[in-house]
This record gives sequence, structure tokens and C-alpha cells, in this order.
Amino acid sequence: MAFKVLKAGMLALIQDLGRYGYLSTGITTGGPMDEMAFRWANALLENSPNAAQIEITFGGLALEAQADASIAITGADLAATLNDKPLLPWQTYAVKKGDLLSFQQPVWGLRAYLAVKGGFLCEPTLGSVATVIREQLGGLKGNGHKLEKEDIIPYQEDQTFKQMRVPRAAIPNYGQSEIPVILSYQSSSFSEADKETFFSQEYTVSNHCDRMGYRMEGAAIGNDIKGITSEGIAYGAIQVPQDGQPIVLLRDRQTIGGYPKIGCITAYGGGVLSQQKPGDKIRFVLTSIEQAEQQRQLHMNQISQLG
Amino acid sequence: MTQSHVSLEQVSDQACLIRFGDDINEQTADQILWVTQQLRSLPSVQDLVPSYTTLLVTFDPDRTQGSALHNDINRIISSLSLDSSPRHQDRHTVVIPVYYGHEVGPDLDDVAKHCGLTPDEVIQRHSEQTYRAYATGFAPGFSFLGNTSAELHIPRKSTPRHKVPKGSVAIAENQTAVYPNVTPGGWQILGRTPTELIDWQSDNIGLIATGDQVRFKAISKEEFLALGGVLDGF
Repeated sequence: MAFKVLKAGMLALIQDLGRYGYLSTGITTGGPMDEMAFRWANALLENSPNAAQIEITFGGLALEAQADASIAITGADLAATLNDKPLLPWQTYAVKKGDLLSFQQPVWGLRAYLAVKGGFLCEPTLGSVATVIREQLGGLKGNGHKLEKEDIIPYQEDQTFKQMRVPRAAIPNYGQSEIPVILSYQSSSFSEADKETFFSQEYTVSNHCDRMGYRMEGAAIGNDIKGITSEGIAYGAIQVPQDGQPIVLLRDRQTIGGYPKIGCITAYGGGVLSQQKPGDKIRFVLTSIEQAEQQRQLHMNQISQLG
Repeated sequence: MTQSHVSLEQVSDQACLIRFGDDINEQTADQILWVTQQLRSLPSVQDLVPSYTTLLVTFDPDRTQGSALHNDINRIISSLSLDSSPRHQDRHTVVIPVYYGHEVGPDLDDVAKHCGLTPDEVIQRHSEQTYRAYATGFAPGFSFLGNTSAELHIPRKSTPRHKVPKGSVAIAENQTAVYPNVTPGGWQILGRTPTELIDWQSDNIGLIATGDQVRFKAISKEEFLALGGVLDGF
């Protein structure tokens, strides 16, 4: 009772909400790059919020179902097909034994989430199945490997399919180019002119973008600010090395560091940023903690009102 | 120095940073460790990252709002005093055996030259004092140990190595550390320990926890090999 991996694609990883409680030992959290898409997929199947899913980056993944299952797909539209029939994301589907489920390439966004009723059944490492390749932690075998051809990803057989979909108004807009930022950390070391530049200019996602961080290209800021005493790095922290090009630190970020930081993008903004590809353009927009909390609450309420 | 030097800032929608002034010293480190211990029991706290002069507190936004956590943190900070030292049982002394040999410590001669010492004097300075683990990060189980003797201060290598062997004992600026695993790295390598720095089965994961005292003990090549040390890796 499992999916068999026929083609592994570029990067498919087992993820749950992340590995918490170990940052002080230098172990990062991992977890879904687009947290809201992940939460929606489990909610569509009435799974527990932390149930393990597959995060599919870019596509190229092909799976054979070895038992009946109810699945949900959320996040990016990676031109998924079930036995060659196109599937749209943000809803549930019934899968029969022998079915072929494939994810081709990005149509909209970059990362899709595949959830199965009851969650994928993997043994947690340090309390989580979140795959962190660099740390050799989590995933199917606990060693941090991405999914590979011939892998068997177990789930509980399910024949209680229920048609569910995310309300249209609640589906995030990955074309949105505005990423909300809370000014914090060393923001006062940046000049008013630097902040003006940071919030008014467009930044382009560079080729150096991965689960650890997104390096942006655009107008340089704060290149005269010296390094600081190393301190803990929060999710979404925007660090600015000497070349003045901001790097947004995400799920697999290093836990401490000594580069100055202008602030942090919000958790929701991190999800939207994670759906952008090299060459995509974004703008950083100033927000407050209160606004960020309200925005999160709105999304969490939409998820809890489903069904 | 009491709580008047301590400040709290919410840095994101999921994290607060407590700052304990600008000075890196044992007293500050003790206070950070004490506050870390107090905060560990709060259910809404997800993770704590103590460092040299700061403590990052990450929280679950679905269990608490930042403002509610602020109150809890401020209550703990206000009870901070000069006597706020961490519980004794939470500060271990860890002894790390090190083989300071040229085949595993390729920077020993450069360090000696830079510092105006002989290689033997470098080894002696490095292994004669007790260090404090000020922070852990960079890689799992990588603890920043300070401060080294002023005679041993040296910049990082101008070009980092692509591959630093597991167990390498190295120095940079006023810090020293052990590489728990093979990683890229730019510190000056003096030797190698046969001791495993990471124990996945233990609660701390790392052999060294932030706040611990650490000593290095020079061992011979024979002892190094007998303890399971390996010589290759570069």
C-alpha cells in the first residue's frame, strides 16, 4: 500500500510542518516551503495538520499507486495528470490501484504538495519526517535523501473518497509580487536612503535560490555595514552581505549567522516567495507585526472553515 | 549588569530576539543560559537559539500572539539578577582528546609562524585553558568556543577549504571549534579528535551544549589511532 516512484524528477521531498526543538544544537527546522499550501492539502483530506506529504519542486515526478487512495494536490500547478487526464491543484482526487500520477513542469508557481488521506507513513527522525538534505535528516529512510526512482512511499489504503476543493477566493495568488517585510534586527543600521531603495526597487530572484535561502538581485543596499556578533536567524530573515544583495533565509537556513539583517519577511510572504523561480521579480513592502498576525489569522480561519 | 541592559524585540511574526548588551563575557553568557532555561518551560515556545549576546525565541503563532509572549519574557527578564546563574547540572565540562599532528593539522606551521610561536607552543596554548561554549550553529553540533589566548588570534583562511575532515580542531579570530562532520570551512586546522561530537540518540544531540566548559587534551598519534581516529580525509 504505497506509491512507487517511477521517475524522481528534480526534487521531491517528504515534509511535515518541520523539526522543532533542535535549533539550539544547530539543526534547522526544514518543513514546507509554502506552509499554507501544505496546510490546505491536509485540511482537504481531514488529516492532522502535521501529516507527511511530498513537496514537489519543478516537477518530473511520476508515481504508480499500488493501492486505492484519496489524494489532495495544492500549491503550484505543475501540470499534474492522473492516467494522462489533467488534474488541477487545490482539490482532492480518488486514486485507484494501478493508476499513474505524474507532475510535468511548472505552469503556475514552483512547488506543489501531494497529500494522501492519513498521511505518508514514514518513521520520524528527531520528532519529524521533514527532509533536510544538507543535514542528512528525515525523509523516507531518515537519512535526508530526496525521493529516488524505485522508492516505495507507504500510505494507508483508503476508499472513502470525498470531493473537496479550496474556495476560489482562498487560493493564494502566486503572481502577487509583493512580499511583506517586518523591519527588525539591524534595520536601524541601514540608512533611510537604503530603506527607501529596498522598498521601492524591484528585486529579481537569482539562480541561487533553494530551500536554504533566496538570493535576490537588484539595487544594492547597506554595503558599508559591518558584520555583527553572530546571532540566531529567524525564518524569513533578510541578510545583507557586503555586496548589498539581500538573501532571504527560509526553511533550511543556517541557525546562526553574523551578517546584518534588515528585517524578516512574514511566514505567508515566505510561502509566496517560495513559489517564485529564477528571473521572477518581486517587491518588498513594509508591514507591521499586527498586520502580519491578522493576515495569518485570516488564512488559518479559512482553512478551519473548510467543509 | 542587571536587566536594564536587556532588551526585547519581536523580529518577525514568529520570533523574538532578546539582547543582553554588546559585551561578550561569562556573566552575559550565564544570564543568557538562565533565561533560556526559564523560557524552555513555556508551551508556546518552539525553539531557543542562545548566542554570544542574544537569545532568539521562536514561537508557534497558532498557540500565542507575540504580545502575550512578550509579557512572559519580560516577567522573566525582570527577575534576572546578578545571581542569575544557570543550574549547575546544566553546565558540563567536556574534555576533547586531540592529536595535534601535521598530517591532521595542516595549518599548525602557518599558525605558529603568524603568531610568532613554535608549533609546540601553539599546541600548549590551545590545550592549557578552559573554554566556554558561547553558541552552537553553522552546522549541527558545531560549537563556538571562546576565548582563545590572545597569542593565538588569527584570521580565517583567505580561501576556505571545500572539505574539512570530520573531527578537525581549528581556530579563527578569538574562537576555537571542532568540526563535527565533513563540511566546507575556513578555520585554521591544528589537529583532530577521534571523539564523536554528535550523538543522535541523546537529548542534546551535540556532545557540547551551549554553556558547557570545554578542555582539549593533547594525545599521541598512537592514542589517537587506538581511540578510532583516522588520519586521511584531506
